[in-house]
Amino acid sequence: MMSDRVAIVGAGMSKFGELWDKSLIDITLEAGMYSIFDSGVSGSEIDGLVVGNMSAGRFTGQEHLGAMAVDMGGLGSIPSYSVEAGCASGGAAVRQAYMAIKSGEHDVVLVLGCEKMSDVSQTEAMNTISVAGDWENEGMFGATFPALYAFMARRHMMEYGTTEEHLAKVTVKNHANAAHNQWAQFQRPVPLEVVMRSGLIADPIRVLHSSPVTDGAAGLVLCREDLAKKYTDTPVYVESSEQSSDTLALHNRKSITQMDAVIRSTRSSLKEAKLTINDIDVFELHDSFTIGEIILTEDVGIAKKGEGGKALDEGITEIGGKFPVNTSGGLKARGHPVGATGVAQIVELVLQLRGDAEKRQVDGAEKAMAVNIGGTGATSIVHILGR
Amino acid sequence: MAEQGVAQVWRRIRSVYNIQGNKCETCGTYYFPPRPVCPTCRRKGKLVEHQFKGLGKVYSFAVVRQAPENFKRQLPYVIAEIELDEGARLTGQIVNVDPEDVEIGMRVRACFRKIKEYGSSGLIVYGYKFEPTMKVTGHK
Repeated sequence: MMSDRVAIVGAGMSKFGELWDKSLIDITLEAGMYSIFDSGVSGSEIDGLVVGNMSAGRFTGQEHLGAMAVDMGGLGSIPSYSVEAGCASGGAAVRQAYMAIKSGEHDVVLVLGCEKMSDVSQTEAMNTISVAGDWENEGMFGATFPALYAFMARRHMMEYGTTEEHLAKVTVKNHANAAHNQWAQFQRPVPLEVVMRSGLIADPIRVLHSSPVTDGAAGLVLCREDLAKKYTDTPVYVESSEQSSDTLALHNRKSITQMDAVIRSTRSSLKEAKLTINDIDVFELHDSFTIGEIILTEDVGIAKKGEGGKALDEGITEIGGKFPVNTSGGLKARGHPVGATGVAQIVELVLQLRGDAEKRQVDGAEKAMAVNIGGTGATSIVHILGR
Repeated sequence: MAEQGVAQVWRRIRSVYNIQGNKCETCGTYYFPPRPVCPTCRRKGKLVEHQFKGLGKVYSFAVVRQAPENFKRQLPYVIAEIELDEGARLTGQIVNVDPEDVEIGMRVRACFRKIKEYGSSGLIVYGYKFEPTMKVTGHK
């Protein structure tokens, strides 16, 4: 049966961090089980599984994660799909599940996002992330992933007067939020001076402007709208799911101080949900580097073009501000297990909309938006949720 | 990064050694590396080979201080987005310069250099880097 809307009835995640004692399977199952227990759905009612993962083949040597998750999770013989969209793999998994239910092909789908990054050296982890860019034309010539974001930061500073202090303020805000998130990798505040003195990795990007190497997994249970009330009194609905693409290489974009794919996909998602940006109460925006959050606040419409730094100065994006961004701590402080991130963003927003986000709760949140980016903006996946 | 196979490097030699791309005669846009299809004109596009002059200016840059194994010997190095005079942009290193002296808008020209080598007995990859035009020719 075609479903008008898609509901999220379960959400859960593993702890994020460097989890040396756990394997990819351990953390993925943990997230899956938490989300299934949270949903009240029984394993036998799940009729499909989607895994979002960027590069398990390089990080751990294991591919074919869909079959692995069904097998280890004891989910019988249901079909499974593994999807990859660079750092937007998690968002892509949510969207695939959404489309599978919308189409009528599936009724109840388990979505998992996972990445085990600490099984390889830091250098190899960095190399693997850089293949989300245009490897043959960027990475090949020595452009690391931080360097590509440094290109954006330097142009943004020149064109709009954004400062190093602005880059640092994102870190300070997101760490302050993560201090109240028991799943986050860094549950501690960090002072501005420490961020501004941290080591340079690709000037002007410093290590504390950058998301860390993280192991982690997140899970969601999605189902047809008419089934949702059977499982929970507090379903969250997917109001819209939109996606847009841009050039793989950063140097092929007309402007590198904005992400056109984000502009397109946020505009279309608001239109689809019949909302304006002012209706959105809480945001998860992809802050793999802090300049990314600054650019995204402009691209989604929270701040005017070039005024992402000013929005930070005014506290607009803090909890208690008009547009709270990354209440979870974001990629910077919750951690960025690449394929898990897009799913973890939605987990946070589900908690916010249910009123279960404890000390980081945005009072009375009714609508929420997640923006998940692949590479340097070649993929943008946007979800708007509502209760 | 795992070592690239010979084929992966060899098949791009013509393009990467010479900065050879293409131009769409329908819309007048230059592409590097050469594109199989003009993304603007698609089937109406007419792509012809183009030899870039290798002259341009710095569009943005970073000083890399943490790099993959094959680049560690070169640290710290300047990596930049270069806007070629024909209009296309590409990513490459700027050499023969003090990182402190690099700025957006600086004129550069291409030079042929070793990009990296995979250990003492592995493949050596050559290609383009850039250097300040001022330094090589004495004028901008």
